[in-house]
Amino acid sequence: MAIVELQDVRKTYMMGHVEVHALRGVDLAFDEGEYVAIMGPSGSGKSTMLNLLGCLDRPSAGKYILGGEDVSRMNDDELSGVRSRRIGFIFQSYNLIAQLSVIENIEVPLYYQGWSEHESYGRATELAALVGLAERFDHRPSELSGGQQQRVAVARALASDPLILLADEPTGNLDSKTGTEIMQLLDDLHAQGKTIITVTHDEGIARHSQRVIRLVDGRVDREEVVAR
Amino acid sequence: MIGFQVKRTLLIGLKSLWLHKLRSGLTVLGMVFGVCSVVAMLAIGEGASYEAQEQIKLLGSTNIIIRAVKPPSGESASEQTQRVLVYGLTYDDAERIATTIPSVQVMAPEREIRKDVWRLHRRIDATIIGTVPWFTEISSRRVARGRFITSMDMHTTANVCVLEPRLVEVLFPFNDPLEKTVKIGREYYRVVGVMAPTGKDAQRNKDAKAGGVEKGGAELYIPLTSARSRFGEITLSSGSGSMDIEEVELHEIIVRVDDLDLVVPTSRILRETLKRFHKKQDYEIIVPLEQLRTAQEIQRTYNIVLGSIAAISLLVGGIGIMNIMLATVTERTREIGIRRALGAKRWDIIVQFLSETVLLSGVGGLSGVAVGILIPLAVERFADMRTIVTWWSLLVAFGISALVGVVFGIYPAYRAAYMDPIEALRHE
Repeated sequence: MAIVELQDVRKTYMMGHVEVHALRGVDLAFDEGEYVAIMGPSGSGKSTMLNLLGCLDRPSAGKYILGGEDVSRMNDDELSGVRSRRIGFIFQSYNLIAQLSVIENIEVPLYYQGWSEHESYGRATELAALVGLAERFDHRPSELSGGQQQRVAVARALASDPLILLADEPTGNLDSKTGTEIMQLLDDLHAQGKTIITVTHDEGIARHSQRVIRLVDGRVDREEVVAR
Repeated sequence: MIGFQVKRTLLIGLKSLWLHKLRSGLTVLGMVFGVCSVVAMLAIGEGASYEAQEQIKLLGSTNIIIRAVKPPSGESASEQTQRVLVYGLTYDDAERIATTIPSVQVMAPEREIRKDVWRLHRRIDATIIGTVPWFTEISSRRVARGRFITSMDMHTTANVCVLEPRLVEVLFPFNDPLEKTVKIGREYYRVVGVMAPTGKDAQRNKDAKAGGVEKGGAELYIPLTSARSRFGEITLSSGSGSMDIEEVELHEIIVRVDDLDLVVPTSRILRETLKRFHKKQDYEIIVPLEQLRTAQEIQRTYNIVLGSIAAISLLVGGIGIMNIMLATVTERTREIGIRRALGAKRWDIIVQFLSETVLLSGVGGLSGVAVGILIPLAVERFADMRTIVTWWSLLVAFGISALVGVVFGIYPAYRAAYMDPIEALRHE
């Protein structure tokens, strides 16, 4: 059963007085446990796609059904709720909060869901251990290497056990060795049954997925199944 | 649950503020100055008003005081040639006031003579006041020990006297003054009573101790009749190369009326009555009630001025907070984006930034209250002014500071909450 379903999704921006059609009718469906890569040249609607999938934005037309819920007409507060419960973001530039420790960063999504202090601490330590940061609980992001920061971000994305992990160029800011490590981590998570969507322009990253969706000019140009 | 959320929110706020210690500190300082100036100004204003009203109340609000004043000299050459300067109130004035003005309830005339008072080898330059038995009642003074002058003393023109505490201090430092004698001029007077100290005396004692200067307050009361017969009406005072001879019958008449409402009309009648019998302006009429009202009026103006200044400094503090919070919001745009992406609702963002401003203004408010309590103490110690810190002024100052925090925090918090999360995430 599909947990992500896009039905004729369109997105139109106003740039001054000019209408920009970022997405011109996208139909997609991802199943639970799938590993999908979305690729495309710049201007193809990749970022818009990411923002829509991440519930940071609403489509101008069409439907987005996430886990059986139509999120395309939700208001701001409801979308915030959906983001905290259903979506785990992994950003290119990690996006950790500088003044918080490793554990506190992982706890942020739980905090907005109203977890108790004790529970959320337990969950955060568990996840930190899972991504291999068991000894760095109290470090600040600035005291960690890029790879370690991205691990914290992965742990944070997993915190509320979301439906989908949404990774935006997850290795873009990393050297190839640590990049490989992060991709290995994502592969492991996928093996554990997580649904992962990566947005990238790197063929090497896309090759980790099962399916590659290529966007051109706001439309799905083609879909490829990655050969193993 | 709610408690945890609040604690957590405040903790996060504290952490973010701690990141910029100097900036947060300076912002708090702005608030501290605002609040402490409110507290200090209210305390000083309250003290000053209390002091003024106490002093006037001491004169008695239903009293009217008529004092003899030396008319300005050198008005005309002919007066200069006159050897004896006659001025002031007379026994006739007193009689006339007592008999013709119906609203006058009690009237106490008095004479003042400046003379040295001796006890063995101890001497003090004192003011001898000849007065009537009901002086204590009319001036709201109390006799601490012994008794005041009686009508019997008046009849017999007795050589008795009542001392002010100041005189006891100087003349009888080691023994009990009652039933002892003091010498004034050539006569000996028996001490029959000692007055209770007034608030003014306490203040004066403090002054004397602080500065080592002995000021007046050395009064000694004798029966009016005795004063008249022993010292007469003529006073000789020799200055450098000149001699002034003055003739004054009465120096002061204190009039008490039945009712507060009668004070002002009675004072008007008194003025008219006296004008008729005095060619020169050799008296003045002091109406404590009018002074009290003027003092209250001045106090009100004073309070408004002080309050406005304090309010402006609070406002400046508030603007400082707003300024810093706006800078913080801009600086932390990305953090806001991250938090929004991770599920923070707009309200969560508002609460987060508002809690920071409330922390800033709250800490500022508390420290301001603390400093604000210390300032009046220092003022009291060094400027020798009375100050009163009232609990409500602390409450008001702190309340306003908290309010300022919320009011000036709303806009930056609102701005943070209504950012587009996508834009915010892209912000460098």
